[in-house]
Amino acid sequence: MSESTAIPLVREDARPAARSILPLEVRGLGLRFGETVVLDGLDLDLGPEGCTVIMGPNGVGKSLLLKLLHGLIEPCSGRISWAGQRPGAVTARQAMVFQKPVLLRRTVAANLDFVLRTRGLDRSRVPQLLDHVGLGHKADDPARRLSGGEAQRLALARALAIEPEVLFLDEPTASLDPASAHAIETIVRQARDRGVRIILVTHDVGQAQRLADDVVFLNRGRVAEKAPVDAFFPVPQSQAARDYLTGKLVF
Amino acid sequence: MQDIGQALGLALALVMSGDGDLFEIVALSLRVSLSAMAVACVIGLPVGALVAISRFPGRGSVLVVMNALMGLPPVVVGLLVYLHFSRSGPLGFLGLLYTPTAMIVAQTILIAPIVAALSRQVLEDLHSEYAEQFRSLALSRRHMVGALLWDARYSLMTVALAGFGRAVAEVGAVIIVGGNIDHLTRVMTTAIALETSKGELSLALALGIILLTIALGVNAAVQVLRQTGTRLAYV
Repeated sequence: MSESTAIPLVREDARPAARSILPLEVRGLGLRFGETVVLDGLDLDLGPEGCTVIMGPNGVGKSLLLKLLHGLIEPCSGRISWAGQRPGAVTARQAMVFQKPVLLRRTVAANLDFVLRTRGLDRSRVPQLLDHVGLGHKADDPARRLSGGEAQRLALARALAIEPEVLFLDEPTASLDPASAHAIETIVRQARDRGVRIILVTHDVGQAQRLADDVVFLNRGRVAEKAPVDAFFPVPQSQAARDYLTGKLVF
Repeated sequence: MQDIGQALGLALALVMSGDGDLFEIVALSLRVSLSAMAVACVIGLPVGALVAISRFPGRGSVLVVMNALMGLPPVVVGLLVYLHFSRSGPLGFLGLLYTPTAMIVAQTILIAPIVAALSRQVLEDLHSEYAEQFRSLALSRRHMVGALLWDARYSLMTVALAGFGRAVAEVGAVIIVGGNIDHLTRVMTTAIALETSKGELSLALALGIILLTIALGVNAAVQVLRQTGTRLAYV
């Protein structure tokens, strides 16, 4: 994939004409499965721009938080407000890339064509979108034969093809080699630079430092710390974040 | 064993002789059963897909009914269609009794539940894989159903084939609503029943062998199609 590709993945005029769904306000968010409490009164505010990285030990509920914000699951308590709207009401204006991409049983190009068609968007953009993520030469290949990195790039292209205002990324480079991870990061950075609000979950400290504008650290079902990336990594304020970054807090 | 050997020879002789009556019966059998399969797919696949992606109170009961309907007795279906299409029945004015159309209707009623129930299972498995991505893409129900049907098309061929197999092999419904009229509604199974009742066991067996061969041919064709799809890795 060429970093110097001039064709924008998200069109300059892609911003929806409707009122923005940002900022995000979360108050007292609770999520439990039986006796297991995952999120316990979580509060969070996110502004309209940039890339927020969510970090925290395994099982703390990072991925579930993304799904709650995206409207894929319902909280047990609390409130999520996207500029006054419920998550379920704005799902169509967001996109999510899962850790394990789910691709349709069709060609690479047909996967993109499907989302453009269902959204009533310009289907002639398929080659352009594929070229941008370096998959132009794979357009007619079955999507399920792509490598892990290629599949994730296709999932990312599909997410950005619908011109989201917010893009959720759930450990998009987990189990990818450095070159594939770099390719993904490049696309994410370009999307952010074009105004897409990025909310990324990762365990990769290097990736967080490269991409994040601010970091949200979760622990024990709540936000333990929220700070600009330049402040978080050199001097984490919470004991939990310090333990996590030094490898002492895993679960 | 002598009967079977004789029947095989007779079946071969019948096919080789290019017997017009035989080909007429075979053609009508295929026409009726393939038409019933096509209509049953048009009805059963969307129903199966909708049930697969829907969650509603009483869904479990719906699944039980759908599965139970797979075992509809052909004679009961034949009788119900007969009652509706008979002159005094509510659809008697259509004049369809003892026509191939009535036979298609009866077979469609017989196999649509099979197509719906089996496709529901196939599509529900696929939907469990796609569901979260579909919700993330905020797809409409119509788009979800369309995507599932298209992506599961090779598996659904087997479902359609199960329906065809049931239709082409049944005799109870078509003999009641078709009447086994020579050159009009006589199909393979009703012809076999007739020859058996006449004591022409070798001829009945010969017709049975031809019927089995046809079923085998259709299955083989679908198998080739499935394998081609698998080779292209779209499944």
